Amino acid sequence: MYSEKVMEHFMQPKNVGEIENADGIGEVGNAKCGDIMKMYLKIEGEVITDVKFKTFGCGSAIASSSMATELIKGKTVTEAMNLTNKAVADALDGLPPVKMHCSVLAEQAIKSALIDYSHKSGVKIEGLEDVDFDDEHLHDLPEED
Amino acid sequence: MGKMIYMDHSATTPVKKEVLDEMLPYFSEYYGNPSSIYQLSNQSKIAIDTARQRVAKALGAKKTEIYFTGGGSESDNWAIKGVAFKNFDEGNHIITTKIEHHAVLHTCEYLETKGFEVTYLEVDEYGMINLEDLENAIKDTTILISIMFANNEIGTIQPIKEIGAIAKKHGVLFHTDAVQAVGSVEIDVKDMNIDLLSLSAHKLYGPKGVGALYIRQGIKIDPLITGGAQERNKRAGTENIAGIVGLGKAIELAYDNLNENNSKLISLRERLIKNIYEKIDYVRLNGHPSERLPGNVNFCFQFIEGEALLLSLDMMGIAGSSGSACTSGSLDPSHVLLAIGLPHEIAHGSLRLSLGTANTEEEVDYVADSLVGIVDRLRKMSPLYEKVQGGN
Repeated sequence: MYSEKVMEHFMQPKNVGEIENADGIGEVGNAKCGDIMKMYLKIEGEVITDVKFKTFGCGSAIASSSMATELIKGKTVTEAMNLTNKAVADALDGLPPVKMHCSVLAEQAIKSALIDYSHKSGVKIEGLEDVDFDDEHLHDLPEED
Repeated sequence: MGKMIYMDHSATTPVKKEVLDEMLPYFSEYYGNPSSIYQLSNQSKIAIDTARQRVAKALGAKKTEIYFTGGGSESDNWAIKGVAFKNFDEGNHIITTKIEHHAVLHTCEYLETKGFEVTYLEVDEYGMINLEDLENAIKDTTILISIMFANNEIGTIQPIKEIGAIAKKHGVLFHTDAVQAVGSVEIDVKDMNIDLLSLSAHKLYGPKGVGALYIRQGIKIDPLITGGAQERNKRAGTENIAGIVGLGKAIELAYDNLNENNSKLISLRERLIKNIYEKIDYVRLNGHPSERLPGNVNFCFQFIEGEALLLSLDMMGIAGSSGSACTSGSLDPSHVLLAIGLPHEIAHGSLRLSLGTANTEEEVDYVADSLVGIVDRLRKMSPLYEKVQGGN
């Protein structure tokens, strides 16, 4: 059902944990739906120097969190801002259609942490004001391949 | 990784060697159509007759009350739709429960779109229906009560004899989906006042794609599948002879060894339950402590999600199952776990391990030990667990 990449990131996820005094913390999803992602960012200047996550969810939710953190670590805030769920899913060699919402959750967790960073630091990030989280409809995403 | 440990016998079971051996000649040797007249087909007729006798004996029924079907879902569909449509003039009300298998639930939901009214009884925290609720739900228009014998997820066994007595007292037909119970529980359809009973072969070490419906003599029921005159005009289609033979042999073996099998399964079950309780915090056994299927273990592990648990078990060579939404791709966790009152977030972390006679104490201990590590790893990743830990 899952690609080897997904299983690898599920069994040995990267960047699990928390960051003390994180510059931005984001949490998305809810326990009722069976997945919650919490993302911690350490940001120096423009660069995300460290990122950690904690996730309650299925195998692909954990793998998506792990892959998303890998994709933004060492990148600029703008690059993180532009990370799409599709990029996360592609980096995992694809997710089953019913699991695509996990990659969306990962994208949103990062944006949520960036919003928190922006609020705390006063740094404006282009595009953030347009972000709209709609947890309830995550599961109704059109199926992609 | 070594060999697989299979603990998903409520999903399906392997075909026993003795069963397969009896089935094999009916593929290429005795392949005659039982509806034909020549001698070859006589073998097929005899084989079906023997199987029917074996199924009847296991249930305390008459041979003429057993009808072979394509499996448990077909039997459920037939019993409910067949009785409903045949008795529409007498009434349009059906009583069932919230924890039925989807073969019953979706059939009832379908009938609701065809002018029937359905009452879905609540269950208590153990998954038991309340007999008073049942009796109070019966109205003048009630034509059928359909309540499962034993639940497929949490293993709870209903007070079937008492339900049968209530149904009889009010002159309402009583169907039970006994797919999980047959082969694991003593059943006497006469003593229990059961009018219709669904069963499936592949849950009791028989082949897939074959089952039966017991229909008490004299009950009015429409056929579900129309066509030829097979099964005394009640179920059309050339008989799945090898499958029927397999069902007959499997059910006979199950009841010949019932006590021995059950004492082994119960001992393994209790060992697994005790192990999990002792070794892991924040767990909950779902289902009834004593009135449960001999091989059923169902736990919720708080703060983690069931699919992640199953995948991890699979990586260690252990096959189990979950009522988790994430295994089915739907948003809601198991309707059974919600019906027994579990909040969504806890119901998401369920694991069903259903034991079989080939499982051993060593396997049970290995599974419990593996769970300790898996649950610990997943909880360390879970933001929900962090909150509980932080609160201490």
